[in-house]
Amino acid sequence: MLYNEPSPLETRVLTRRFGLPNSAHIDTYLAHGGYRSFEKCLEMTQEQIIEEVKASNLRGRGGAGFPTGLKWSFVPRQSPKPKYIVVNADESEPGTCKDRVLMENDPHLLIEGVLIAAQAVGAKRGYIYIRGEYRYLIDIMDRAIEEAYSRNYLGKNILGRGIEFDLYTHTGAGAYECGEESALLESLEGKRGQPRIRPPFPAVAGLYQCPTVLNNVETFCAVPSIIEMGGKAWAELGVPKAGGTKLTCLTGHINKPGVYELRLGFPVEKMINEVGGGIRGGKKMKAFIPGGSSCPVLTGEEAWPLTMDYDSMAKAGTMLGSGGVIIMDEDTDMVKAALRIMHFYQHESCGWCIPCREGTTWLKKLLTRLDQGLGTSRDIDLVGDLAQNMLGRTFCPLGDAAALPTISIVQKFRHEFEAKIAKVQVAMPASANHPFVVVQ
Amino acid sequence: MTFSPELEKKLAKLIASYPPGKEKSALVPMLMFTQDEVGCITPELVQEVAKRLNIPPVQVDEVVSYYSMLHRKPMGKYHIQICTNISCLLWDADKLFEHACQKLGLGHKQVSADGQFSLEEVECIGACSWAPAIQVNYDFHHHVTPEKFDQIIDSLKKVQ
Amino acid sequence: MADLVTLTINGKTVQAPPGTLVIDAAKRAGIEIPAFCYYEGFSLQAACRMCLVEVEKMPKLQASCTLPVAEGMVVKTESDPVVKARKSTLEFLLTNHPLDCPVCDKGGECELQDMVFRYGAAESRFTEIKHHVDEKQWSPIVFYDAPRCILCYRCIRVCSEGMGVGALGIVNRGVYSEIAPSHGDHLECDECGACIDICPVGALTSGTYRYQTRPWEMKHVGTICTFCSNGCKTTLGVRNEKIVRGNNRDKSGINGEFLCIKGRFAFDFQDHPERLTSPLMRIDGKLQEVSWAKALEAVAKKFAEVKARNGKFGIVGSTKTTNEENFFLQKFARQGLGTNNIDHHRSGDVVTLMDALAGRTNALATVEDCYQMKAALVVGADLAQEHPLLAYQLRANFRHHNARVYTVTRGPVREDQYSVSRVRTEPGKELEGVESLRPMLSQEPELLILFGSSIKGEDVRRLVAFADSLNIPVKYICLVDYSNSRGAVDMGLLPDLGPGYQPVDNPGLTLPEMMAATDLDVLWVVGANPLARYSLAAANAFVVVQEMFLTETAQRADVVLPAASAYEKNGTVTNVTGQCQKLTAAAKTMGTKPDLEIMGLLAKEMKLNLGIWTVQSVFEQIRTQVRGYNIPLPVVATGQAAQTSPLNGRIPVISRPDLIQSASNTLFTSGSLGRYSKKLTSVLEYPGELYRP
Repeated sequence: MLYNEPSPLETRVLTRRFGLPNSAHIDTYLAHGGYRSFEKCLEMTQEQIIEEVKASNLRGRGGAGFPTGLKWSFVPRQSPKPKYIVVNADESEPGTCKDRVLMENDPHLLIEGVLIAAQAVGAKRGYIYIRGEYRYLIDIMDRAIEEAYSRNYLGKNILGRGIEFDLYTHTGAGAYECGEESALLESLEGKRGQPRIRPPFPAVAGLYQCPTVLNNVETFCAVPSIIEMGGKAWAELGVPKAGGTKLTCLTGHINKPGVYELRLGFPVEKMINEVGGGIRGGKKMKAFIPGGSSCPVLTGEEAWPLTMDYDSMAKAGTMLGSGGVIIMDEDTDMVKAALRIMHFYQHESCGWCIPCREGTTWLKKLLTRLDQGLGTSRDIDLVGDLAQNMLGRTFCPLGDAAALPTISIVQKFRHEFEAKIAKVQVAMPASANHPFVVVQ
Repeated sequence: MTFSPELEKKLAKLIASYPPGKEKSALVPMLMFTQDEVGCITPELVQEVAKRLNIPPVQVDEVVSYYSMLHRKPMGKYHIQICTNISCLLWDADKLFEHACQKLGLGHKQVSADGQFSLEEVECIGACSWAPAIQVNYDFHHHVTPEKFDQIIDSLKKVQ
Repeated sequence: MADLVTLTINGKTVQAPPGTLVIDAAKRAGIEIPAFCYYEGFSLQAACRMCLVEVEKMPKLQASCTLPVAEGMVVKTESDPVVKARKSTLEFLLTNHPLDCPVCDKGGECELQDMVFRYGAAESRFTEIKHHVDEKQWSPIVFYDAPRCILCYRCIRVCSEGMGVGALGIVNRGVYSEIAPSHGDHLECDECGACIDICPVGALTSGTYRYQTRPWEMKHVGTICTFCSNGCKTTLGVRNEKIVRGNNRDKSGINGEFLCIKGRFAFDFQDHPERLTSPLMRIDGKLQEVSWAKALEAVAKKFAEVKARNGKFGIVGSTKTTNEENFFLQKFARQGLGTNNIDHHRSGDVVTLMDALAGRTNALATVEDCYQMKAALVVGADLAQEHPLLAYQLRANFRHHNARVYTVTRGPVREDQYSVSRVRTEPGKELEGVESLRPMLSQEPELLILFGSSIKGEDVRRLVAFADSLNIPVKYICLVDYSNSRGAVDMGLLPDLGPGYQPVDNPGLTLPEMMAATDLDVLWVVGANPLARYSLAAANAFVVVQEMFLTETAQRADVVLPAASAYEKNGTVTNVTGQCQKLTAAAKTMGTKPDLEIMGLLAKEMKLNLGIWTVQSVFEQIRTQVRGYNIPLPVVATGQAAQTSPLNGRIPVISRPDLIQSASNTLFTSGSLGRYSKKLTSVLEYPGELYRP
C-alpha cells in the first residue's frame, strides 16, 4: 500500500512496481521482470557480479554510504567457513521510512537482491533482521519467502541448478543501536544489541564470526536493477562516485511529505518545492536535515542551493545519510528540536561506553532545562562543549550521531537558546559560575 | 510452561531457522512471540526461555532489559504507542501525546485500571513521512490528529 | 618469532611483536596508558575510552587497547588532545557517580580517584540531578552499589572467563545499565570475590571488609593461604592485629589474580570467639585454664616419664603447620622421644608417585605448567571445588593457549565446559576411563596428569605405566588436601619415611594403628583432629593437643596448648606441586604461640638438645638435610615460590593405599578449620543453591 501520491519528478527504478495491483505477490513480480536479474547472475561469475555492482557506484543506503561492491569484495570467498547474507531492515533513523515501503510493496525485489548477493559471495543462508515495530512486514516477508520457496527461487536446489540458499526473517525488539551493523549481528546472535570492536568487519567476521554481507534493505533492492541495466547505466542515473536513485523521505514542514525515488544529485530546491509541494503554509525554511536526525543541521539558506548527493552534502558540512529529509519551518523551536533529538539518543544509547552513556544523559538534562529557559549563557556553551567531548571519542557512531546535530544547532541557532533564557528571570544572572536560581 | 499449539509450532520453526548450535539466536524473536501470548516477560517465562535455549537465565535477563519492546509488566490489551520523535514532533506529536494522556487518563507507560489501554511515548516508528503516527499494538495509524485519535480509541472501546 | 614491529611512542622507539596492542607495547616500554576496562588476560571491551591516544595520520583518537602496533606508527599518549579527552571522559563519568569517597571502601586505592587526580577533572560543571539506585546485597559476600559503578565490565569477565562461572551480567540500557547477579536478586556462584577485587572503584564491596577501615590504616602482609593445597598467596590487610581483608591485588605469587573464597574471606577464623587463648589442663576431670609454664611443665614431665620407661608414644602431625614445625616435630619424635610412631592425615599417594617416577627429572609439574602445557588429563578430581587455583590455571590455559583438557571423573565437573573429552567412571574404575582416551592422548605433544586420592597404590604405578606407553613427555600432580599436606610428607611425618623420603630403620605405627593401640601412653597431636574420624582405643592415654580451637580431639586432651594460626607465624609451606613458599606473620592472638615455639619450649623443658629452634635455623636444616629442599634462599625470602625436587631413587615403602583418603572438601568446606570461618559457614547457610558446574 502506498501512503502518499507518487511524484512525476521521480525516477522510478526500485519503486517501479509500486502501485501495481497485488504488487507484493510473486506473480506480479515475475510478470514485471522479477527474478530475471538473478537468473542472469547464474550465468555470471562471482567476480563479474561484484564488478557490476562496483561499476554501479552503489553506496550503502543505510546512512554510511560505503561502496557496496567494495564491501562485497572484502568477503573471503575461499574461506571454508559458511558465508551469510544479512539484511539490515532495522530502519530506525528518525526521519527515515523508506525500507518499510520497499518491503511492503515489493518484498520479492529484496529477496532477489539477497539472492544475487548470495550468489556473488557463495552464501547459503540469509537473515532479514526486521525491527520489532514492523511486525506486519515480517508477515509480508514471510509470505514472500514462502512464495519464493514454492517457485524454487529459494531452497536446496534453486531452479534445478544445484544452488542452495535459505532465507529467514528475524525480528528485533526495539533498539535503535541494532541498526549499527555489528550491534545488529550481536542481536541476531541472541545478545544485547551492543556494537562489536571493529576490525574485524562483518565481511570477514560477521554472523557467528563467519564472513557476512550485511547491507541495508534499499541497497539490496538496488542490486537487481543494476544487474538488469548494467552497472554503468545504473551509475549514470546518479552523479559521479554515487550511482543510481535514492529513496528520499520528505518529512516535517512540507506540503506533500512522502517517500520519493529521486536520482542522486537531485536539487534540494526542486525536491522541496516541486516534489514536496513547498514548505507548509508558504513559510520559510529555517532548518534542513538531509538524511536522518544524526546529520548536522543546515540552515535553510545553506540548504537551498545544494543537491541531494554524498559529496554536495559533505561539502556543506553534513551528510546525505539515510535519505530521511527533515524540514523545519521558520516557527520551529530549535531548542525543543535539539532536546527531542538528544532525548532520542539518550534513550537509545546502549550504555557500553562512557562518553555516549553519560554525555547523552547530561545533555538531555541540560537541554531540558534550557528548553524551559532555565540556565545561563554558560550552559549554552556547555551544550556545545559536551557534544564536542563526545564527538569522535565513543565506541560506535551513536555518540557522533548525538553530537553532530547538537553542535550544529547550538552553533547556528544560539540566539534561540539565548532568547529562551532571557525570558526567565534568573536571580543571579551576573555570575555565570553560580548555579542558577529561578524566580518565575 | 506450555504455549498454544500455534505458538509452539512457530517457536519450533523459529529455532530451526538457525544453524545447529546457534539456537541462542532465537532469543529475541522467542521473547517477542511469547510475550505476545503471555502478555509480558514473567520470571517464569525467563526461566522457560533459558531452559529451551540452554542458556543461563542471566543471559535472558540481560536481553529482556535491553530491548524497549520487551516488558516485565503487562501492557494494556491495546497498547497505544505515540511517536514524538523529531518528524512527528514537527507535526505536533507532543500535543497529540498530551491529548492522548487526557483522553485515556494515562501517562507514559501507564496501564488503565481495566487493563484495556496502555500508553507509551515511543521513539521513531518509521512513519516519518506520514506524521504524526501511532501504533496500536502492531498496527500503524498515520496522520493522526487529536480527532482521529479519539475515533481510533472510541472504535476500540466499541470492540470490547 | 616473526619480525618485530618498530613504532614510536612518545618519541621513544619501541619494538613489539606483530599483533601486540599499543597499550601493551607502551607498558613494556615503561609508558602507562590509563584504562578502566582493559585488563590483561581478559577479552577486549574498548568501552571506557580512557586509553585513547593520538596516532599520526589517523583523524580520530584511537583506543590503544584494541589497536595493534604497526610499522612506523607514531603514537602520543599524553598529548593535549589526549589529556583533554581523558579529562572530559572523567567528567562524564563523575556526573552520575555519588562522589561518596569519604565513606567508600575504595577511597585511597580507587582507580577512579587516581585517574581524576592525574587528569584533574576537578571542576564540576554538572549541576543536574544524579541518577540514583539503592545498594544491593547479592550474597553474604557480595554487595553492589550501582551508582559507583563505572561499567568497565571487569567483574563480568573475571567471573565468566576467569572463573568459568558466569554469574554476572549486565541489565538495562544506557545510563540505567547496571551489573546484575545470576539469579535475579541474588548470586549463586563460587563467592570467590574476584569481582570485588577486580572492581576499579567501590561498586562491588565485600561483606567482610566493607566499612571496616580505610586502606591506609592497614598493614598489608603477603602470606600463603592456609586452606587448600594450591598455595595461593594472599595479602592480608591487618588493622590493630585483626585481619580485615584478604586479596591479591598485586598479582604476586603463583596465583596471580586468583583467590577463592577461602583465601580472600575465610581468614576470619583468626578472631573467632571460640579461639583458644590460654593453655588448658584437665584438672578434676575438666579442662581448666592454666599458665603456659604450668602446662609445658606437665607435658614435659609426662613425656620424660613415658620416654624413661620406654612407653608408647603416638604423634600426629598437621597438614597445615609449617615445614619447620613438621621437620622439628619428627625430629622431636625420632631424636627426642626415640619413636617412629608419627603420622599425619594422608590425602594423596605422593609417596608411590615419587617411587614410580624414581630416577626421572622434570616429571613433577608446577602450577605454571597447568597454564602452559598443551594438554591436561584430570583423573578423579573436581578441580573447581577442591583445587580452585589449578582449575583456574587450566581454564586460563584453554582461553589463552587453547589447551586440550580431558576429564575422567565420577560426575560432571566445571572443566566439562571446555574439555575435549569427558569420561564418567565409577569410583575405582578411573584407569579404564583413562585407557579409553588412549587414541586421543597419544596424539598430544605433551601431557599433564592431575590425579586425586582415588588413584593410589598400584593404580598410581599403572597410571604412570600408561603415560609412559604414550611416548610423550608427561608431568604429574598428585592432588592432596591442605596447605602443607605435601610438606608433611616431604618432612617425614610418616612412620616409615624420614625427611626427604629416607626410609627409617624401625617403622613405627601408622595413624590408625596408634588410634587402635590400647597400650598407647601418650597421644601428641599437633594441629590435627584425628578424633573427628577415629576413636582412641587407649582409654588411659595422656593426650596433648596443640590447637586453635576446642576440636573433638582437643576436648579429649589432658593438656591443650593454644597454637598460633598460619597467619600468625613465619615459616614455609609446600603446596600440591611441591612449590615451597614463605609464610609471614600478619597478626597476633594474645595467649597463643606458634607450634614451633611450643615444641621448642617443650624440648627446653625436657632438656632435649634438638638444636636451635628459630624458624631460620630450622629452615636451614631443612635446606641442608631434606632431599629436594636445597632451594635458593633469596627466592623464598622474597616471597616467591621455590620448586622443590624430592625425586630420587626407589623408595622401599610398603604401599598403604588404605591410609589415603581425601576429605573431598568443597569450595566452602575445609576440614575442621573451615567450621570456624563464619564467612564459609554463612555461605553454606545462605538460602539458594550453591553453584555446581
